[in-house]
Amino acid sequence: MARMPVTLQLFIRSSRVQRRRAMLTIAAIAWGALSLLLLLAFGQGLGQQLDIAGRGLGHNIAIFWPGETTQPWKGLGSGRPIRPRIADLDLLRRRMPEAAGISGEIRNSQVALTRGKKTNNTQVVGVSLVYGRIRNHIAAPGGRFLDPIDDAQRRRVIFLGDEVAKDVFGDEDPVGKSLLVDNVPYTVIGVMQHKMQTGAYGTQDKNHAVIPLRTFEAQYGREELSNIVVAAQRPEDMPELIAELRRTLGQKYGFDPADERALPVWDHVKDQQMTRNILLGIEIFLGFIGGLTLAVGGIGVANIMYAVVKERTREIGVKMALGARGRWITGPLILEGMIYTLLGGVLGVAMATTVVMLLAMVPTSGNEALELLGKPTLSPAIGVVAALILGAIGLLSAYFPARRAARVQPAETLRYE
Amino acid sequence: MRNGHEIYEGNGLVIRMQGIRKVYDTGKVQVEALRDIDLEVEDGEFVAVVGPSGSGKSTLMNLIGCLDTPTAGEYHLRGEAVAELKRDQLAEIRNRRVGFVFQNFNLLPHISAFENVEMPLLFGGVGKRQRRERVEELLEKVGLADRMEHKPTELSGGQMQRVAVARALAMDPDLVLADEPTGNLDSSSGGDIMSLFTELWEQGRTLLVITHDKALARRAPRQVEIRDGSIVDDRSGDGGEGDDRTADPA
Repeated sequence: MARMPVTLQLFIRSSRVQRRRAMLTIAAIAWGALSLLLLLAFGQGLGQQLDIAGRGLGHNIAIFWPGETTQPWKGLGSGRPIRPRIADLDLLRRRMPEAAGISGEIRNSQVALTRGKKTNNTQVVGVSLVYGRIRNHIAAPGGRFLDPIDDAQRRRVIFLGDEVAKDVFGDEDPVGKSLLVDNVPYTVIGVMQHKMQTGAYGTQDKNHAVIPLRTFEAQYGREELSNIVVAAQRPEDMPELIAELRRTLGQKYGFDPADERALPVWDHVKDQQMTRNILLGIEIFLGFIGGLTLAVGGIGVANIMYAVVKERTREIGVKMALGARGRWITGPLILEGMIYTLLGGVLGVAMATTVVMLLAMVPTSGNEALELLGKPTLSPAIGVVAALILGAIGLLSAYFPARRAARVQPAETLRYE
Repeated sequence: MRNGHEIYEGNGLVIRMQGIRKVYDTGKVQVEALRDIDLEVEDGEFVAVVGPSGSGKSTLMNLIGCLDTPTAGEYHLRGEAVAELKRDQLAEIRNRRVGFVFQNFNLLPHISAFENVEMPLLFGGVGKRQRRERVEELLEKVGLADRMEHKPTELSGGQMQRVAVARALAMDPDLVLADEPTGNLDSSSGGDIMSLFTELWEQGRTLLVITHDKALARRAPRQVEIRDGSIVDDRSGDGGEGDDRTADPA
C-alpha cells in the first residue's frame, strides 16, 4: 500500500554522502549527457541539412537522359539512339496526369553572357515552367521565375543562378537589367535564392541560367531534349512513373520499355532514401559513442553507490534487524543513484541546449561545410533517447550496488565496523 | 503486575531450538561457533545468557533474532520454522516478533530519537498518526519525552540505550533480545537500563539478555551459561534446577 512513501521516507532519512564525491559524479553524468546530446544533435542537424541539401536538386524527382537501345524491338535493331523532343512533353503530360510535374531541359554549356564589356561563359538551360517548382529554383526577393506568357511569347527573359548573377553583375541588383546571351539581348527577371545542393547534373544550379524552353528553341534551333525531369506526388509513385514514361516513349520511338539503356534514368528518390539510411546509421553510431561516454558517467554512479553501500553497511544492517525488507534497502539506494543521474542529466541537457543555441547564432551561410555541420538540432526524439539511456544507466548503476547491500546476512553487516 | 504470565501461561514457546549448529567457514578454517544447542524459552521469561567472550553468545543471539541462519538444526520462533522462511518473511519476523537492543546502541546517527523509534513502525506499515502516538508513548515510557527531536549524538549513552529499548518495543514484539545492553554504559546508566528491563519483564515481556554483567544476569530468574558453543548450565533463580518461571527477580 504505502510502499513508495516508505521508500521515500527512508531515502530522506538516509545519511548523506560526501558532497564532493556526489558533485564529481553528477559532473561526470552531465558531461556524458552533454556529449550524447551534442553528438545526437549534430547528427540530427547534419541529417536535416543533408536532407534539405538533397532537396536542393528537387524533391521526389527522376531525371532521364537520351540513350541508345540495347535490344531489338519489333523488327528494329539495337543501337538506335533515342532522342525525345520538346513535343513529347505534352504527350507525356497527357499520359502521366498523376505526375507532380514534367519538365524538359535543353542545355548549352558554353554560352557567352555579356554585360557591358565583361563576358562570362556559362551554362544556359531552356526549361519548362514547372522546372522552377520541381527543380527548386526559387526567386530571391525582387525577382520571379518564368511564367506562362514568357514561354508562350518566347520572351527573351533569363533567370540567373546566384553565382552567375554575382559573376555578371557583381554587387548590382540584376533584376530588370539586360545582358547578352550569345549576343542576343535578354532581360533578367529573377535570381535564384541561395540554396544548398548536394546532387547535380550538368552543373550546380547556382552556376547556370535558365530561359524558357521555346525561347531556347527559337534562338538555337534545337528541339532535342537534353533531359526530362519528372516529379512524383509521393516517393512511392516514382517506379510507376518511370515505367509509364518508358512505355509512352517506347511506343513512340519503338523500343522495349524494359530496355533501360534506351532512356537511362537517375532516380533521385532512391538516392534520398539511401542518404536517409546512411544518416540513420551515422546517428546510431554517434548515439552509440555518446552512450559510451555516458556509460563512463554511469560507472561513476555505480562507484559512488558501492561506496555508499560500504559506508552504510552498519546502517543497512540495523535497518534489516528492525525488519526492513530487501526492497526497502534497495529502493532508497536506487532512488539516490537515479537522482544523481537525473541531476547530471538535467545539467547536461541545460549545457547542450546552451551550446546548440549559441551555435545557432554563428553565421554559416556561404560556407558549405558549416552549412551542413553548423546546425545541430535538439529534437524531442533526441530528448526521449537521452532520457531512456540516462534512466537505464542510472537504474543499472544503482541497482547492482543496492542489490549487493540487500543480499548480505544482517548479522554480517552488524559486525562490520 | 505480571499479568502477561497468566495470559500466556501454557500458551507455548517463544523459542524452541533443537540441535542448532553454526559453523563459520573462513575459507581456511572452519570455526564451530555453536554446537548442538537445545534451548526453549517460554512466554514471559527473562533469560540471561552468560559466558566468556568467544563462547558463542552473540552467534546465538543472531540466530534467535533471525539475523543469521544456522548451519544445522531446527529453530522455531513462536511456532514458525525459521529455516523455511524467505528473506522478506524473515524481515517481517524481525519486524514483528523481535526487538533488538545492541551493546553499541546501533541508532541511526543522522535522524532524531523520534525517527529512530519510528523506523520499525515504518517497516511494519503502521499509519502516520498511530506511529506518532506510539513513538511518543514509548519515549515517554523510557523517560525521554523531552528528547524526542534530539539526534543520538546529542544524547548520553544511557539515553541512547533507552531510545534503543523504546525502538525495540515499537512493534510490541514477542521477544526482546539484548546483546550486552550495559556493556558501553557507566554503572549508573547500566543500572537504569537493568531496572527498565526488570520493569518490562514484570509487565509480561519475554526478555533474552546476553551479558557479562553479573548484576544484570542475577536479575534474570533464569540463567543460561554457554562455553565453547555449548550450553553448560541452565538454572533458574538462586541455584534452582529446571524451568521455574515463577521465581522472582533478584
